[in-house]
Amino acid sequence: MSELPNEVGEEIGEIPEEVKSWIDLVRYESEGEFEIERGYFHTTCASAENGNPLFWDDEVAEELTNGPIAPPTMLSVWFRPHYWEPGRSEAPLPWKIHFDLKRDLDLPEAVATDSEVAYGEPVRPGDVIRTREILRSVSEVKTTKLGKGRFWVIDAECVNQRGEWVGTETMTGFGYKTRKES
Amino acid sequence: MSPSYERLTIDQVKEGDELPPLSVDVTATTIVLGALASRDWRPMHHDKDFAINRNGTPDIFMNTPNQASWFERYLSDWAGPTGRLGRIKFRMHNSVFPGDTITFKGVVDKVETDVVGCSWASVSLVLKTGDQVDTTFSARIALPSKAGDNPWARRGDDWKP
Repeated sequence: MSELPNEVGEEIGEIPEEVKSWIDLVRYESEGEFEIERGYFHTTCASAENGNPLFWDDEVAEELTNGPIAPPTMLSVWFRPHYWEPGRSEAPLPWKIHFDLKRDLDLPEAVATDSEVAYGEPVRPGDVIRTREILRSVSEVKTTKLGKGRFWVIDAECVNQRGEWVGTETMTGFGYKTRKES
Repeated sequence: MSPSYERLTIDQVKEGDELPPLSVDVTATTIVLGALASRDWRPMHHDKDFAINRNGTPDIFMNTPNQASWFERYLSDWAGPTGRLGRIKFRMHNSVFPGDTITFKGVVDKVETDVVGCSWASVSLVLKTGDQVDTTFSARIALPSKAGDNPWARRGDDWKP
């Protein structure tokens, strides 16, 4: 996302000490809320018209990966919670740190701008993925065409039920105030 | 008998090779299906009023994980099922909206073999709407060093993405 010169008169507060203390520490650790199943693989492949036989053909999956695996780019799917479940009054949020930062930095809007992912062991049907969220950095005040705010970088490190590393997703977010909010 | 499919091996790839372009007509269904397939319930990916009034965008827009899915599809069209993604990195410059016709293009930047004998192609990809660059993307993808090699068989210290 392109940066623009900061404009005079837009109020963005300092970074609270509490927020600074989160950097490089595991702030949240969670386990996937559902058993991973192959139907999701196909729904995702359908969404991008991905005909890779590794995800559709049992013989190819058996030959290459000893059975079905998920498309690697589905990694973040496995740590997104249900929108609703019994006894839950509001939808929990993935990337919880992202929303903590929106709240504690008083930046009401936010978008993801950059993403980097490294992939390890393939994810398979029946796996349960554990994820650790870690804040890596918060930027100085920046201005983009969306508004004025701060960029932040968050890691989500994922392992399977055997403790094998399956991947790390690094998300850069931009929290901001639009011009009418600032 | 082994199943039949295309297997791109590293000796078939060289720096500067261009990947065949792919064009896609994006609809509201593309955006919503992609968001829900990736379990992304946030309203800017399905609620046009929210996108306009809260995000300041002209419409709902494609979410990050679904863009990754489209890039993965584009790469696997080229590499075939024996290609194994090791690492991806992308930056969104402009959002993708219903009504856009997006085009994927790519070029091979580097071909190498790492210390454990795994062969890699580094590729730079771009997603454009017309002449406008929406997303830039880079990937490191493992390819078979020769017929019979299988990057998916690599585990532990033999896999260095």
